Amino acid sequence: MITFDAVTKRYPDGTVAVDRLDLEAPTGEITVLVGPSGCGKTTSLRMINRMIDATEGRILLDGAPVQDIDPPTLRRGIGYVIQQAGLFPHRKIVDNIATVPHLLGWDKKKARARAMELLERVGLDPGLAGRYPFQLSGGQQQRVGVARALAADPPVLLMDEPFSAVDPIVRTSLQDELLRLQAELNKTIVFVTHDIDEAIKLGDRVAVLRVGGKLAQVADPKTLLSDPADDFVREFLGRDRGIRRLQFISTEGLRLRTDMTGDAAGPWRLVVDADGRPTGWVSRERPDELEPYGTFVRGRDPMRSALDAALLSPSGCAVAVDEDGKVVGVATRETLDEALAEAADG
Amino acid sequence: MNLLFSFFDWLAGFFGNGENWSGPSGIPMRLLEHLEFSALALALAVLIAIPLGLLIGHTGRGGVIVVISANLARALPTLGLLVMFVLLMGTASSLPVIIPLVLLAVPPILVNTFEGIKGVDPDLRDAAFGMGLRGPQVLGRVSVPVALPLILLGCRLAAIQVVATTTVAAYTGLGGLGRFVIDGFATKDYSSVVGGSVLIVLFALVVQALFALAQRVTVSPGVSRRVKVR
Repeated sequence: MITFDAVTKRYPDGTVAVDRLDLEAPTGEITVLVGPSGCGKTTSLRMINRMIDATEGRILLDGAPVQDIDPPTLRRGIGYVIQQAGLFPHRKIVDNIATVPHLLGWDKKKARARAMELLERVGLDPGLAGRYPFQLSGGQQQRVGVARALAADPPVLLMDEPFSAVDPIVRTSLQDELLRLQAELNKTIVFVTHDIDEAIKLGDRVAVLRVGGKLAQVADPKTLLSDPADDFVREFLGRDRGIRRLQFISTEGLRLRTDMTGDAAGPWRLVVDADGRPTGWVSRERPDELEPYGTFVRGRDPMRSALDAALLSPSGCAVAVDEDGKVVGVATRETLDEALAEAADG
Repeated sequence: MNLLFSFFDWLAGFFGNGENWSGPSGIPMRLLEHLEFSALALALAVLIAIPLGLLIGHTGRGGVIVVISANLARALPTLGLLVMFVLLMGTASSLPVIIPLVLLAVPPILVNTFEGIKGVDPDLRDAAFGMGLRGPQVLGRVSVPVALPLILLGCRLAAIQVVATTTVAAYTGLGGLGRFVIDGFATKDYSSVVGGSVLIVLFALVVQALFALAQRVTVSPGVSRRVKVR
């Protein structure tokens, strides 16, 4: 666990970047620091591995004050990923990943084997090992940056806007990859971003900071969306707060209708193939024409996906499927409405 | 036409003359002298300028030294310095020649080393420190390899200037390839003048080629981007 205990960073010119920050980043969780420019989120992150030293207060790493540890030694035990990846241009990918193992004096063979393992782990072709950073795309470089941070298997990972320099599609895949990795590795991650959507997607806990380095609120994403502490947080969360909250509401208990397949009497009928998978909607007016449909996996996908699926279908209904893609029922406007009303209450 | 004909005539006269290939004033001996002065001056300049440039570039302190050195280099007339040192110290040793040559060679190496190290991407340094490299490791393992093309460029510029200026050292009575030119003029022996000049040009070209080779061998393909993007 990482603990900020009344941490202040004041620069010689009097600027206060971080103001008496109390915060905990629990072991094995992703804690996201989010806020506008000048809120001290990066400064806070960099004080953990002593790239910046706190002026007042203490930062504890599993109870031990970081101030007592020699910075290079401290840093070798903490993974660090930055925005521009910061790969060493003169070193091949495999050597970049093995940077910290080399520093720790690992056997060369072992360091190399570890680097190759990580290359695959972050979803890169092992054939890239012998290339130089400039031969890789931005997204690939960032994956190497993550692999490099993980090389010596540090319990803690610090990530400073690691995905903000890549295009949205690559960013989404990097985010998904991080969540997948985290499910396997259970690192204690502190992640800095200015993007509230990224914070809500990745964070087990999200700390919202305001300009001047004050903590505005720290909560899990769902609570943050439903109960913002004040106007600043509400405004920072943006307009779609309600819709985004649906991301955290399960479709497990959503009432489904099972009478809309086969010989249904309503205006719309769902056509299902021999394996029980949906093929499309047909309307009573044009029984020969298959209309598009939207699906969600019941229990796995959140309410937001169900609503999205409903909006994409001309029938206004979302098709609920199981993990194998077989139809288990249909969520209609009525059943979705019930669930939304319930969500609004809770 | 006539002039060109004379040029080759002179050239043939110079290189064809057996006497020019032996003895203390023969081509091999003069070449060796030239090499000796140049190499010694360059080596001393490298020993002074590179550590200083690395230190100033890495710590970011003392940049003013680099600026002063660069300005002095433009302001000081090398020939004047040469004559001054010879007058002060005599010609008993080669020191009066070496000192101005070193003074001439230090600024380009210092400025380029400093700029090279200072110009290393701050994100890269940040990542290096963040990985847990110590200061000297960041310098040696990251900044220097990345700045190497500029450092070598400084050395190459210095080498060219030194090789060219060593020619002038002949004025002071010291050896080197310049002797052929200066003595040739004095005795109206134009084949010596032309032959000497050609040798000096060839010498400079070989020095250039050596540096190009050094660059190829020492600079990482990841920095020079000399590998194909597949």
